[in-house]
Amino acid sequence: MSADWPLYEVFLRAKRGLNHVHVGSVHAPDAAMALRNARDLYTRRNEGVSIWVVASADITASSPDEKDAFFSSSADKVYRHPTFYQIPDDVPRI
Amino acid sequence: MPAPSSHVAEVPGDENTAGDERAHFDSLIAREQRIEPRDWMPDEYRATLIRQVAQHAHSEIIGMQPEGMWITRAPSLRRKAILLAKVQDEAGHGMYLYSAAETLGADRADLTAKLIAGRQKYSSIFNYPTLTYADVGVIGWLVDGAAICNQVPLCRSSYGPYARAMVRICKEESFHQRQGYELLLTMMAGTPGQREMVQDAVDRWWWPSLMMFGPPDESSPNTARSMAWGVKRHTNDELRQSFVDMSVPQADRLGVTLPDTGLSWNGERGSYDFSEPDWAEFAQVVAGNGPCNAARLARRREAHENGEWVRAAAVAHATKRAARGGERP
Repeated sequence: MSADWPLYEVFLRAKRGLNHVHVGSVHAPDAAMALRNARDLYTRRNEGVSIWVVASADITASSPDEKDAFFSSSADKVYRHPTFYQIPDDVPRI
Repeated sequence: MPAPSSHVAEVPGDENTAGDERAHFDSLIAREQRIEPRDWMPDEYRATLIRQVAQHAHSEIIGMQPEGMWITRAPSLRRKAILLAKVQDEAGHGMYLYSAAETLGADRADLTAKLIAGRQKYSSIFNYPTLTYADVGVIGWLVDGAAICNQVPLCRSSYGPYARAMVRICKEESFHQRQGYELLLTMMAGTPGQREMVQDAVDRWWWPSLMMFGPPDESSPNTARSMAWGVKRHTNDELRQSFVDMSVPQADRLGVTLPDTGLSWNGERGSYDFSEPDWAEFAQVVAGNGPCNAARLARRREAHENGEWVRAAAVAHATKRAARGGERP
């Protein structure tokens, strides 16, 4: 039964110079077959030059429930952004 | 948890947390932000989406059958290659959508089991037979045309994975509609017999295509809630009207007559007036009594059962290779 086939998340590199991006998932008996299934499903029109498959069970994700607390340490650090700094208009090329 | 009164039962668990989550969900919807898989969502939102996405996935899978039977009988290698690619796309669309349904907690094998047990629906259109090769063209033009009207707004569905699947699907549907129209143009430039085949196919598929948008708005009780949630963007009647307005000039250009004597331009509305489809027939087909309901489900069940040994062999192979120490693609 395909119920026994684990789920793999599929990531595609659309072309050289770009990151792999998550596009969906496939079921497969193992990673090698997952790669082939992902090729058949997600690259029928030259959408990718490279594929990653990762067993969904192996992904560790942040929880949306703790969204605020988890990301809050960056929220109050406005000085990490270039717009925080006032530079006179007559300073060239900065 | 026992509920001492109906009032309390409406807010199970920690009252504050549930309220906060609901407020956060509502504010995401109000700001046209997407809901993502692990977000809190109301149970009814999840259930509505699972039903909608599963029904859509099943439609793509069953939708392979009416045209698939013509692959071996395509009139040329060019037409065969096109039809093969199109039917393969339908399978792909089904897979994208099952993948989206799984992010809501549905199980793919369970959805397949429900489909072949007749416990979940698919689009009523696929319960009509394909009698000639002109049907392949008309399905591309009208059925896929109607699907495009339905699906383009769903690229803005409030549920992220569904919206993203729809973006991929819509890109591919355009090929489906154009290949159908081109096929019909070719036949219309052929013999009188070929032109008759096209007109006959149009006569048979026009009304079922209009029914694809579902019942009239006044008999579609869930529309308002689905629109408030952003899982539906236009009402059934709005979509049906846009399909008619799109199709009439295309029929004229093709040189076929749409089988509706009530069809006429309404300058005041800036749209075509048209007659009501036979909703009694629609109800019959949805209830399982269309011309091909039983055959479609039987074929799907047979494919699933005959594929069992392949799935088992793939697992055996994977297990053996893992035991030998590692797998290489």
